[in-house]
Amino acid sequence: MQNNIIALIEEIKRTANGLSQINIMEVCGTHTMAIGKNGLRQVLPQNINLISGPGCPVCVTSISDIDNIIELAENPCNYIFSFGDMLKIPGSKSSLYKKRSEGANIKVCYSPADAFDFAVKNPQKKIIFIAIGFETTAPLTAALIKKAYETKTNNFFIYNTHKIVPPAIEFLLNSSNKNNISAFLCPGHVCAVTGSRPFDFISKIYGKPAVISGFSAEDILKSILMILKQIKNNKPEVEIQYDWVVKENGNPIAIQYMDNIFDINDAIWRGIGNIKKSGLVLKNKFRNFDAKVSFALKDIKVPEPRLCSCGDILLGVKKPFECRLFGKSCKPDNPVGPCMVSSEGTCSAYFKYEKYKT
Amino acid sequence: MCVAVPAKVIKINGNNAEINSMGVIINIDISLVPDVAPGDFVIVHAGFAIQIIDNEEAQKTLEMFKNYAE
Ligand code: SF4
Repeated sequence: MQNNIIALIEEIKRTANGLSQINIMEVCGTHTMAIGKNGLRQVLPQNINLISGPGCPVCVTSISDIDNIIELAENPCNYIFSFGDMLKIPGSKSSLYKKRSEGANIKVCYSPADAFDFAVKNPQKKIIFIAIGFETTAPLTAALIKKAYETKTNNFFIYNTHKIVPPAIEFLLNSSNKNNISAFLCPGHVCAVTGSRPFDFISKIYGKPAVISGFSAEDILKSILMILKQIKNNKPEVEIQYDWVVKENGNPIAIQYMDNIFDINDAIWRGIGNIKKSGLVLKNKFRNFDAKVSFALKDIKVPEPRLCSCGDILLGVKKPFECRLFGKSCKPDNPVGPCMVSSEGTCSAYFKYEKYKT
Repeated sequence: MCVAVPAKVIKINGNNAEINSMGVIINIDISLVPDVAPGDFVIVHAGFAIQIIDNEEAQKTLEMFKNYAE
């Protein structure tokens, strides 16, 4: 271990000494991965408990959305472009992965721009990009919708599941009788776009510390130390540790793109339910690009797999070990719930990195 | 999902730019950071630059990402 990391851990231990139990939620799936991979849970003092939140966009995509996407894929005239993580998510009957092996036109893309370029080159085909993700990704979709509108690329559609993070954090704070969160590690790349201000309510209204963190082990440890110091000094605020990327006002141009293309609406988070004003929908002017509208798809309520505790895990109420299926019938190669599918899902990260530890 | 990496901008062509991301040259969209100039470091997410970063810190970050990626 590097010296600076050892020194940081020592300082965390000194600062945490004498404090009562502190539950820090990392909202972002990329943080969950980094924490697991670097074994950070094991080096922290006993009274610091890191809990994972709902920050894996794939995990919180509703079953009904997955079923709709599968229905789109079943039509041989359609070409589905998706980030790789979506493919294995089980819907109520099948998954995109299975559909692809059965011959459906499903392409994994690195960038949504690949989907748009394909649409331009193949005007007779219908291209549907699975638009998923938080504020980090939504501006990309917005930029492409603007382009599609301006160039009248009418064979380009999105299946939109974009969500925004601050209302979900507020929801968690309002469920705090269940999860007892003391502080938040906020998502660095979401905040690269939004800036820190939309997160100010965490300290201003709820009186909890929050630090916007980078993604290396050093960044995360530094952020935890910043949280501890806030607790010690009884001065909760929203601080930016990842300050070479995150500005207070974020990226105003990216925000503008989102504001011009999307309205804010309620959204269903898988395992959690409806969260008010937490989803992005295309403005009326752009509705033709919305696959749900253009292909007349509906939201059908589908029950979650029996015994899967993903809901409680996303809310920080339970840890994966507390799910009776964890590591037994539910494993990454045969996932029951969404949290085991995406590599950033809490159950999958725990299975990979923390399964032998408590 | 929100994984993003720092990279150096080499050349700009309209809404696109050539970047060097850990030795690999790729073409990305810069619609979200129109003020970017060659030599700047940017944070790249899914083929789009989403923010311009401090050049001083960037080198350090690149090193850290290398470790993280291993
Ligand atoms: S271990 Fe599997 S079944 Fe249990 S909560 Fe996690 S994803 Fe759901």
